[in-house]
Amino acid sequence: MNYSEWNGFKDGNWKNAIDVRSFIQTNYTPYEGNEDFLAGPTERTQALMKKVNYLFALEQEFGGVLDIDTQTVSSLTNYQPGYLDKEREIIVGLQTDRPLKRGVNPFGGVNMTKHACEAYGYKLSQKVENEFQYRTTHNDGVFRVYTDEIKAARKSGVITGLPDAYGRGRIIGDYRRIALYGIDRLIEGKKKDKEELGHRDMDVDNIRRLEELYQQISFLNKLKEMAAMYGIDISRPAENAKEAVQWLYFGYLGSIKEQNGAAMSLGRVSTFLDIYFERDIKNGILTEEQVQEILDDFVIKLRMARHLRTPDYNELFAGDPLWITEAVGGTGEDGRTLVTKNSYRILHTLYNLGSSAEPNLTVLWSDQLPDSFMRYVAKVSCDTDAIQYENDDIMRPQFGDDYAIACCVSAMRVGKDMQFFGARSNLPKLLLMSLNGGRDEVSGEQVAPVQKPYEGEYLEYEKVLEGMVFYREWLARTYVNAMNIIHYMHDKYAYEKTQMALHDTDVHRFMAFGIAGLSVLADSLSAVKYGKVRVIRNKDGLITDFETLGEYPAYGNDDDRVDDIAKEQVQLFYEELKKNKTYRDAEHTLSILTITSNVVYGRKTGATPDGRGAGEPFAPGANPMHNREKNGALASLNSVSKISYDYCKDGVSNTFSIVPQALGHSEEERYANLTAILKGYFNQKGQHLNVNVLNRKTLMEAYEHPEMHPNLTIRVSGYAVNFHKLSKLQQREVIARTFHESI
Amino acid sequence: MMKGRIHSFQSMGAADGPGVRFVIFMQGCNLRCAYCHNPDTWSLTGEEYSLLDVMKRILKFRPYFGKEGGVTVSGGEPLLQWEFVAALFKRLKEEGIHTALDTSGTGNLKGAKEVLKFTDLVICDLKFSAEEEYFRYCRADMTEVLNFIKLTEEMQIPLWVRHVVVPGLNDSPADLQKIVKIARLFSNFKRLELLPFRKLCNSKYEALGIPFPFAGYEECPDSKIDELNQLIKHF
Repeated sequence: MNYSEWNGFKDGNWKNAIDVRSFIQTNYTPYEGNEDFLAGPTERTQALMKKVNYLFALEQEFGGVLDIDTQTVSSLTNYQPGYLDKEREIIVGLQTDRPLKRGVNPFGGVNMTKHACEAYGYKLSQKVENEFQYRTTHNDGVFRVYTDEIKAARKSGVITGLPDAYGRGRIIGDYRRIALYGIDRLIEGKKKDKEELGHRDMDVDNIRRLEELYQQISFLNKLKEMAAMYGIDISRPAENAKEAVQWLYFGYLGSIKEQNGAAMSLGRVSTFLDIYFERDIKNGILTEEQVQEILDDFVIKLRMARHLRTPDYNELFAGDPLWITEAVGGTGEDGRTLVTKNSYRILHTLYNLGSSAEPNLTVLWSDQLPDSFMRYVAKVSCDTDAIQYENDDIMRPQFGDDYAIACCVSAMRVGKDMQFFGARSNLPKLLLMSLNGGRDEVSGEQVAPVQKPYEGEYLEYEKVLEGMVFYREWLARTYVNAMNIIHYMHDKYAYEKTQMALHDTDVHRFMAFGIAGLSVLADSLSAVKYGKVRVIRNKDGLITDFETLGEYPAYGNDDDRVDDIAKEQVQLFYEELKKNKTYRDAEHTLSILTITSNVVYGRKTGATPDGRGAGEPFAPGANPMHNREKNGALASLNSVSKISYDYCKDGVSNTFSIVPQALGHSEEERYANLTAILKGYFNQKGQHLNVNVLNRKTLMEAYEHPEMHPNLTIRVSGYAVNFHKLSKLQQREVIARTFHESI
Repeated sequence: MMKGRIHSFQSMGAADGPGVRFVIFMQGCNLRCAYCHNPDTWSLTGEEYSLLDVMKRILKFRPYFGKEGGVTVSGGEPLLQWEFVAALFKRLKEEGIHTALDTSGTGNLKGAKEVLKFTDLVICDLKFSAEEEYFRYCRADMTEVLNFIKLTEEMQIPLWVRHVVVPGLNDSPADLQKIVKIARLFSNFKRLELLPFRKLCNSKYEALGIPFPFAGYEECPDSKIDELNQLIKHF
């Protein structure tokens, strides 16, 4: 095939088949220079950003939600076109008819939507409620099948945050396909696939796939309609850079209109778009200033994306995030850097538009990144605290060089892999449950099957481990069963039609399980093994507290005695999960990531043998527990880097906060030293690092006087948040975390 | 087996020499500087570590050193245990790791020479510009310091000079000019680092049950350091 829109692009397999990677590889221009070429914001950009900032402030004043359309169910074509500034916008398209107005999306569960409306002083319209009275939502489906056992596990908090009442998210459409091929070509491909499948035996799997293909085609058509409402025809490929950005954004916009998934990543678009920008610059169509202006406008749109959530949900995923994650940089399989000028430009939006939590800019770190890019990203971290780093050198061998990050730390090949998101299980609680013979240590209720509780006054390591075997097996089975039910129902009642249309038909599926409280578990077991732990029982014989005697090596000090325990526990749990069959034969993966749920998990968990009191927060992700790190920042990084990515292919999240003075005297020293730290961590196979360079004092100030730091952005577990969007409890937990100081 | 008495280790030092550094704080000091922020390192007691053990700890952090970083031995006064430090630096040089010595420069010159043979960078705190003051506030002889620096010059080891700025005591342009003048006497002088006087160590003095001689002085704000750094450029 050939289109006039492709003039100037080099040939490759991408012309014969849907193959965006081939297009990138044959056409992109690696950039090894520095940031001096970047252009500042235009007057137009500044004016629009001012308007948006005003709306953001208003939204905060209104309690976090500016407005809700309670009458209209969110979908691609259900709202009239909306604009921020119709005359001056470059990239158009809003989720509803007005900026920051949120739609309702009851496909995940109508109760959740009702509660969300009520929490902000609205009422879901009778019309929508009626519509959904005769309609099964994903949530309805799941609860029809959930067993009492799963419900009890869920209630106790040993498994929490499951996407059974909200959209699962974590699926990344390959939005670039729309720009490169246009919708018509994509529909043609899907029709062909559908015809081919039609010749196969009609078993359950094939029937389901055929129905899904029907839905995909139908939503590709709706996407075209949605664009047409804005007067734009995306049936054909984009013919210039501005169109490429617009086409791609429409794909993303359609997806977030259709789905209120927990994390809605953007993918890996900067280097793809660079090819279009380079062509237009070469042809004299655009100047650098105009290129940056288009990209700035695109990012303004992304920053305005919103979903309607309940306050409960915000406890788990605080700060109103969408995880519009964009993966930047990395190295190609042929060894060329994938850094382009546009990698710089997208990061530069943090300066042109001010720091921001969204989009969730994620640098794919490779030892082979150009030095000047390493220095630049370190500078961006020091200046904004808004970006995170992930290890391209360990992900590339598994996923190739065209993967992106779903949510925080989950790598997936764009358009080829999808995942069934599964929140996380609480392993410290598993330990306590095994000591108590399957009873919950907080409520005293029997959650898991009865076994003999732990006997004796002091905990013995071997006996404790032995006791965990039975309950680990039970937890893994219960967890996989719950996930199978959830994703069966999500596919059935809330299938991601737009996003899956932007995947290959023959997609690879992951089932992403998770662990919370790893450091609490490791330290607890270390206390049992190397210290002395006495159990304290209540009058019903339930172990509810511990007396921890003597010193024990704590995770986070680069001490193999305890780090090995952490490693072993991760491996044991992963292997146990793998014994259970998954829905659609998805590949089991595991992450150690908590978002902000480490606070909620902690609250639902009794006292633990490491000396942590009942209800106290866990450390986030794979982080060591706060203030137990005694050997400085690098020892802490070394401990986390030991958690093997082989067992945690869905990611190992680590958040690192350091005061500027501890990073070096001058700015240049800080950039160089941060670069050295990142190199050291990733060379040792660490997978992810959130970097915050700031003083605790700044956070305390923002806690007491939010108005002094309205845009303070900080990295938490796998994403960035605007500090003032966290609850006071979450803010206190962030402040309590270790800040590495060394003076 | 060579052993050293060590106060503590810091895996992430970015303020004591170039790049990311593993910092070893040795136990024991012959000076009694009135503004000392590590009074807990004065005594020559404390835990002993074997050279092997220390090397093992250091090598864990090698991936972070990059082109510039390495190991800094500070204290206390590291030259009090010069035999250990010399042996350690020799091993580090065998491994190709950058070595920095953070010292007051007082003490056994012969021992110092053994250490300097394996030292890539000397960081030396001049503290005061006149002998009387030096004795008054540090209880030591400044000529020893100058002799030490002379030795580093002869051995052509790059020298960073440090100076703790205490408001009201040594923060005037004239005070600084004197320090700069002394530093510039030495051809191996590369850089002057001004450090702000801090009182975070108050609690350490309290814990040790000894008075903090400079409790009455104000802390030095960072802005003052910036200001003085600007000023130095014109000297």
